[in-house]
Amino acid sequence: MLHGTVIIFASFAYLGLLFAIAYYADKRADAGRSIIASPYVYSLSLAVYATAWTFYGSVGRAASDGVGFLPIYIGPTLMIALWWLTVRKILRISKQNRITSLADFISSRYGKSAVLGGLVTVIAVIGILPYISLQLKAISSSYSILVQYPEIMMPAKEGAVTVLNDTAFWIAVILAAFTIAFGTRHLDAAEHHQGMVAAIAFESLVKLLAFLAVGVFVTFFMYNGFGDLFERATREPKLYDMMTPLEGVAGGYASWVWLTILSMMAIMFLPRQFQVTVIENLNEKHLNKAIWLFPLYMLAINIFVLPIAFGGLLRFPDGGVDADTFVLTLPMAEKQEALALLVFIGGLSAATGMVIVETIALSTMVCNDLVMPVLLRMRRLRLNEQPDLTGLLLGIRRGAIMVILMLGYLYFKLAGEAYALVSIGLVSFAAVAQFAPVVIGGIFWKGGTRRGALCGLTAGFAVWLYTLLLPAFARSGWVPGSLLENGPFGIELLKPLALFGLAGLDQITHAMLWSMIANIGAYVGVSLLASPSAVEHRQASVFVDVFRQSAEPGGARFWRGTASVPDLYNLLARFQGVEAADEALSAYAKARGLAWPQGRLDADAELVHYVEMQLAGAIGAASARVMVATVAKEEAVTLEEMRELLDEASQVVVYSHRLEQKSRELEAATAELRAANERLKELDRLKDDFVSTVTHELRTPLTSIRAFTQILHDNPDIEVEQRVKFLGIITKETGRLTRLINQVLDLARIESGRAEWHESSVDMRQVVDDTVAGMSQVLEERQMSIEVTMPSRLPEVRADVDRVIQVMLNLLSNAAKFCEPGKGRIEIALAEQAGSLRVDVRDNGPGIDPADQRVIFDKFRQAGDTLTEKPRGSGLGLHISRQIIEHFGGRLWVESRPGEGACFSFTLPASLPAARAA
Amino acid sequence: VKKVLIADDEPSIVTALEFLLARSGYEVLVARNGEEALRMVEAGPPDLLLLDVMMPLVSGFEVCRRIRGRDEWRHVKVVMLTAKGGEADGRKGIEAGADLYVTKPFANAELLRAVKRLLQPA
Repeated sequence: MLHGTVIIFASFAYLGLLFAIAYYADKRADAGRSIIASPYVYSLSLAVYATAWTFYGSVGRAASDGVGFLPIYIGPTLMIALWWLTVRKILRISKQNRITSLADFISSRYGKSAVLGGLVTVIAVIGILPYISLQLKAISSSYSILVQYPEIMMPAKEGAVTVLNDTAFWIAVILAAFTIAFGTRHLDAAEHHQGMVAAIAFESLVKLLAFLAVGVFVTFFMYNGFGDLFERATREPKLYDMMTPLEGVAGGYASWVWLTILSMMAIMFLPRQFQVTVIENLNEKHLNKAIWLFPLYMLAINIFVLPIAFGGLLRFPDGGVDADTFVLTLPMAEKQEALALLVFIGGLSAATGMVIVETIALSTMVCNDLVMPVLLRMRRLRLNEQPDLTGLLLGIRRGAIMVILMLGYLYFKLAGEAYALVSIGLVSFAAVAQFAPVVIGGIFWKGGTRRGALCGLTAGFAVWLYTLLLPAFARSGWVPGSLLENGPFGIELLKPLALFGLAGLDQITHAMLWSMIANIGAYVGVSLLASPSAVEHRQASVFVDVFRQSAEPGGARFWRGTASVPDLYNLLARFQGVEAADEALSAYAKARGLAWPQGRLDADAELVHYVEMQLAGAIGAASARVMVATVAKEEAVTLEEMRELLDEASQVVVYSHRLEQKSRELEAATAELRAANERLKELDRLKDDFVSTVTHELRTPLTSIRAFTQILHDNPDIEVEQRVKFLGIITKETGRLTRLINQVLDLARIESGRAEWHESSVDMRQVVDDTVAGMSQVLEERQMSIEVTMPSRLPEVRADVDRVIQVMLNLLSNAAKFCEPGKGRIEIALAEQAGSLRVDVRDNGPGIDPADQRVIFDKFRQAGDTLTEKPRGSGLGLHISRQIIEHFGGRLWVESRPGEGACFSFTLPASLPAARAA
Repeated sequence: VKKVLIADDEPSIVTALEFLLARSGYEVLVARNGEEALRMVEAGPPDLLLLDVMMPLVSGFEVCRRIRGRDEWRHVKVVMLTAKGGEADGRKGIEAGADLYVTKPFANAELLRAVKRLLQPA
């Protein structure tokens, strides 16, 4: 037996827990250690989308329309993917302009128009009332059902009960008190309600768990899993039909499409969604995770909807139990007391979450965009002279919360019975969808104007009132039913449910179609006709170009006028309290390296703008503008001036982009030049070294030649024998000089790429034979032996035959030069090796020191520099040889150990695998 | 008879200098690298040293510095010969303590006059 007191106690215990969570989160936030700064908490808070309507109503809808409940969840899933384009931008704009609500956002976009903000507030409040009443209905009827446990009885029609005996009334009062305690602790509405967000995230978990618990219970405990349940359902013709997606829904495809679009709008423009998505957002990056986490939540909370609906229809076949209550009545019917209580708490959680956030969002709008602008304009009240208005602001918000919930209750009493849960929700969805054109247009289209927005919203809202709200009252008997049957004054064309003869659509589709045509048509049409004021022009640019602006709002530039610091300070103090005003101005001064209040602040455009932004966070953009105008005498900026300013600004942006680009290019060019200069310096140094070395090498033979020439000239009396010796030295040194000059020129040609290469097929055997023959005289003189080994078949190579001979001669003469006369021995070996032809020239000379092996291929470096007798040669031969071999794609290297001779080898790539035998 | 030591690694230049100095009546000694030159100075310091700069093992600069480092060899005159051009080398030679710096190729007569002047008693 579940006594009423148990349920009430559990409910209060749950609300107490929520309050504790919120209190803790607020304390942590005050201490600067937020517990909600996480993308997971953010995503969970977005799930405030799922209300009692989702919790109870989805099953109700599924029981009548099958999968027809799905569009409401497909819409948000589709929409959230587009958030990267839309919500990210809205977030940025809202943070920069300290936006406090959806009404504030729209009003701020269209020239900070107070009228527009008020209109949005009225639409939002009237549009959302059915939705709030739906939550009241859900809580009160679930309570009424649960309290009958274990009997299952549908609650009696209301009306007979007096207000004070009505559960729904007391629920409304309790929720109002709870919301006031929750949501109006801070004055600055642009500040975050961290406690509220933490509680909402927790509620999202509770309702999900409760719903999943019922789903699992029905699917796996009442029946044997999905297969069993669906198989039983297919045996019932009525249930079978529901599984085909589009048959069950009135209006078919059109309905699906419109419901999807409608919920796409709802996820962005329901005041509570705007509140949690935009106002309460702590970090733009949280959006990235939410984009996939939120759809996941939607999937989880929908997965058991059909099983529960089928379970309910199978369990209560006679239709005596309202399908909207299956979630609760199924556990009750199975005598699952605890589960039923959990379900009730889950439903309560879904409903309270929605009510709290929605009323906080609406109360901010009512206070900042409806009441304050009016109060501030009423001179009789002399609000301008009040020193502290913070109490008044809080009072208005608290009053607004109470009034909104009472109006919700009123709607529940007057029209609550007209629709099922889901339909009531859709009526609200259709109302907030009216905001879509002005918001989406407002952030992407600079042409949208205040008048356009006013006309669009008014037209759309009027159609909504006429086609959705009026019929609800008509059905409840508050308006004559003949209006629906015959149209007003008997004019058929104006029938609210078939406007201009458009019949055959379901009511929501019908209303959406007409209201959107009216809304968008008026918004775009009037915007194109009416030219915007200077402020509108500026705000349009601030909103649409938000990503192109710096982090600081650029609004200050457009303000011109005079003000005084004390006036501005008093203004802030009046709306935010002395403490907050001091804090704000100190922060402002500190950021500019000034002191407050000791130092002097200039009441310039920047400060005025700053104060306006601070005020906007408390009382909304439109009111803030009005208030600042009372102390700051603004000189009107004409539209022309504004245009010029904007054009100038965009020109400056273009120039600065170009400048940045130029400077980047210059930097790159400078770096390149520096590198090139380094290279040139290095080359210059190498060239100097080279010239210096060549000079030395040239002067040495020249010195001998000159000395001996003079000796012969000055001493005609020298003996013949000596004369011959001296002439021999002159001849030898002249030859050395000639060779050196030739080699230097040769090297210069090769290195500069001007050398001529006569490439042809080279037979290496022939080359070896020729060079050995050419060297034979030298070898004979030095009494050296030579041995050549080569296979009969060798690959041909492509090279310049004269150059290859030059290399061979160089290697052979080196070998001859270093070998001891009489004992010298040279071995030449040719072989094919891995697609190349390899030539080894081995001698039995003194060998080459490992340190020298590295440098002998460099210019003017010779092994044997350490020997007492300097070897003869230019020091260029090996360098040139290596250049030649590498030119033809080969390699030249040396292997040697001191005392064991040296072996110079080179390879040349084979042009043909193996040439014919010679 | 004044003693002149030639230190150079180019045999043909040594031959020429040897002939010229012998003809002028000096006693001529030959070293074919820096190390050998220092050994020969140690064995019996000459009156004048004709020193090539670019020599294997120990360069002419180093030889000159070492000779100038020894008090008992202060009287040895040093003429440096180099095939490298440039004033920097000349300064380096004088800093090392050479009495004269001569660039190759040289004029025979000039060289002999310089040697003769250096060897005259002050």
